[in-house]
Amino acid sequence: MARLTMREAISQALWEEMERDPDVFILGEEVGVWGGTYAVTKGFYDHFGAERVRDTPISEAAIVGAAIGAALTGLRPVAELMTINFAFVAMDHIVNEAAKLHYMFGGQMVLPLVIRTTSGGGRQLAATHSQTPDAIFAHFPGLKVVAPGTPADAKGLLKASIRSNDPVLFIEHATLYQTRGEVPEGDYIVPIGKSAIQRAGRDVTIITYSKMLEISMKAADQLAREGIETEIVDLRTLRPLDMEPVFDSIKKTNRAVIVEEGWKSYGVGAEVSARIYEQIFDYIDAPIRRVAQKEVPLPYNRTLEQMALPQVEDVIAAVKEVM
Amino acid sequence: MLSKETKLDMYWTMLLSRRLDERAWVLHRQGRIAFHISGIGQEAAQVGAVFALRRGYDWFLPYYRDIALMLALGYTPRDFALSMMGKSEDITSAGRQMPSHWSLRSANVPSQSATVATQTSHAAGIGLAIKLRGEDKVVLTCIGEGSTSQGEWYEGVNWAAIHRLPVIFLVQNNQYAISERVERQMAVPGPAAKACGLGLDGREVDGTDIFQVYEVIAEVAEKARRGEGPSLIEAKLYRITPHSSDDDDRTYRSREEVEAHKKRDPLLIAQAILEKEGVLTPKKLEELEAKAKRIVDEAVAYAEQAPYPVVDDNVTRVFAGEVSHA
Ligand SMILES: Cc1ncc(C[n+]2csc(CCOP(=O)(O)OP(=O)(O)O)c2C)c(N)n1
Ligand SMILES: [Mg+2]
Repeated sequence: MARLTMREAISQALWEEMERDPDVFILGEEVGVWGGTYAVTKGFYDHFGAERVRDTPISEAAIVGAAIGAALTGLRPVAELMTINFAFVAMDHIVNEAAKLHYMFGGQMVLPLVIRTTSGGGRQLAATHSQTPDAIFAHFPGLKVVAPGTPADAKGLLKASIRSNDPVLFIEHATLYQTRGEVPEGDYIVPIGKSAIQRAGRDVTIITYSKMLEISMKAADQLAREGIETEIVDLRTLRPLDMEPVFDSIKKTNRAVIVEEGWKSYGVGAEVSARIYEQIFDYIDAPIRRVAQKEVPLPYNRTLEQMALPQVEDVIAAVKEVM
Repeated sequence: MLSKETKLDMYWTMLLSRRLDERAWVLHRQGRIAFHISGIGQEAAQVGAVFALRRGYDWFLPYYRDIALMLALGYTPRDFALSMMGKSEDITSAGRQMPSHWSLRSANVPSQSATVATQTSHAAGIGLAIKLRGEDKVVLTCIGEGSTSQGEWYEGVNWAAIHRLPVIFLVQNNQYAISERVERQMAVPGPAAKACGLGLDGREVDGTDIFQVYEVIAEVAEKARRGEGPSLIEAKLYRITPHSSDDDDRTYRSREEVEAHKKRDPLLIAQAILEKEGVLTPKKLEELEAKAKRIVDEAVAYAEQAPYPVVDDNVTRVFAGEVSHA
C-alpha cells in the first residue's frame, strides 16, 4: 500500500476511472489548464485532452444541468464545483432534477452523474465561502451524499460513485487535501452507504464523518490517556445512511456523542440521534450530546472562526458529559 | 469640464490605491495577512466611474477588485488594513467579513456574498426602488467579464432593461477569469456585445484611460437620471497581477504578455496626460508618492497594533433585533 494524501487518492481514483471507461469525463471551472481549484485534476488536461477535461464558463447551474444532460445519454460526467457554497447556484438542478429524474421517469433512464465539491471552514474565507451544508443535500431522497474522511475511503468511494447509476454528491473537505494515509493500489472500491469503525473502544461511541473524524481521533487519543476508550464510527455516506455499526457500537458503550462540522439545528447529529432514540432507546444510558458549529455565519477573523468551529476540546467535554 | 483639482484628485486616488494594493501583496508574502485579491491595472475604470457619479447619494455595488473604487468613495487605507487583518475596528463588520467583500454605509455600499454576479440582481432591485420612490439616484454595479456567464447576471440585466431602471452595469474586462481567457468564456467578442440581446445600451471604453471612463459614465448616468434606462459599459483593461495570492499565473500566460500590458498601465497613462496638461509636475508627483507611502505606512502600523475582536455574546447575534444599530 502507498501512503497518499487525500488529494492524490482522489486524483488517482479519477485517473483510473478515466482510463478504464471512456464514458467518464470531467467538467467544471478551472479543471483543465489550471488543474482544479484544489489541484486534484493537475495533469489530466495534458493526458486526456480538452474534450474529456472540459473547462467551463463560470456558471454552476449550467455545469450541473449540462452534466445531467450528458448523463442521460449514458455518459458518466464528473462535474466539479469549486466549493459547495457555489452549489447553491445550481441547487435546482441538484435537488429538483438530478435527485428526482430517475424516479419521476419510472426508472426508464438512469443518471450516472457525480458532482465533486469541497465543503468546510477553517481557512479564513468567511461566511459565504466556508460553509458545511452537507446535511441540506442529504435531505433529498434520490441523491447519494458521500463525504470521506480518509484517503483510502476517498479513493474507494469516488470509484464507487463514478460507477453508480445514481447521482452522487461527493463532498471533499477543504482542509483534508494534505492529510496522508494508506491507500490500496489498483481497483479499490468502498461501497456507498456503509459506515465504518475507525477506532475501537468500550466506553463511549463517537459518530462523525469527514474532517470531524480527524478532530474526533485527536480527542480519542487524549481521552485514552485519561482512561476513557471511545469507539469512533465514520458515517462516510450521509445518504443512504448506514446506522448498523452505530447501533452495534452503542449496544456496547450505551453512550453516544455526535460530532459534525455543520450547524447543529436540523443537522446530521439531529438525524442520527433521532434514529438512535427511535430504534435503540433502551440501550442509551445518558442523553446523547451533539458537537457542532456555533449558530452563526462563519466569521473571517481567525479567533472568531475557530470559536465557531468544533474543536478537539469540545469533543472531549461532550464525551465526559455522557460518561 | 473637469477642473485641474479634480483631475489631480482622480490621479491621487489611483496612486493611493496602487500603493496600498502593492503593500497588501508584500504583507501577504510576509505572512501578515491571509489573502489578497488585487485591483492593479483596473484603477482607472473604477475611479473614473465614481468621479462621474454622486458620492454619498448614488448606490454602488462593487466586486472584489474594486479597491480603488472604494477609496474614491471614502473608504480609507486604514479601513482596508483593519479589514485585511480581521481587527475589531474593521468598519464593515468588526472582523466578520472577508477582506475585499466591500461595504460602506456612508456611501450606500451594501455588503455582499462571495458568489459572483449576485450583486447584479440586487442592483436591479435598488434601481426598481429608486424608481418607485421617485428619486433621481443611479446604481453602479461592477463585475468581471467572466462572471457575466452566470444566469444571475443575465436575469438582473434583463430586469433593468425591461423596466428601464437607472442602473449602470460596469464590466471590467481584464481578459481573464482566473486562467480562462475571455475567448473561452463567451462566443461574442466581449460583454458589451451581450447588451444588444438584452435590449439596453452597450458600449466599450478604454478602461486604462480614466478620463475616457469618466466621460462615458457621466453620460450614461445623466441618461439614467432622466429615466432613459440602464447601460452596460465594458471597460477594456488587463489584470496585471495573478488572480489572487493563491494563484501562480506563470502556468497559463507568458511574462512577455504581462510586460506588454504593463506599458498600458492606467496609472502611467493618467500621469502622462496630466504631465502634458501641466497639471502634474515631477515635484508634485514626488510629493504625492511620499504622501501615499506615509498614509499606507500609517494605515498598516495602526492596524497591526489594533486589537482583535474578542469572543463575546455579540459574535453569535445574527438577528436584527439582537444587534444595536446605533
Ligand atoms: C458562483 C461562483 N463561482 C465561482 C467562484 C470562484 N471565482 C471567484 S473569482 C472567479 C473568476 C472571476 O472572473 P471575472 O469575472 O472575469 O473577474 P476577475 O477576477 O477577472 O476580475 C471565480 C471563478 C465564485 N466566487 N462564485
Ligand atoms: Mg476577468
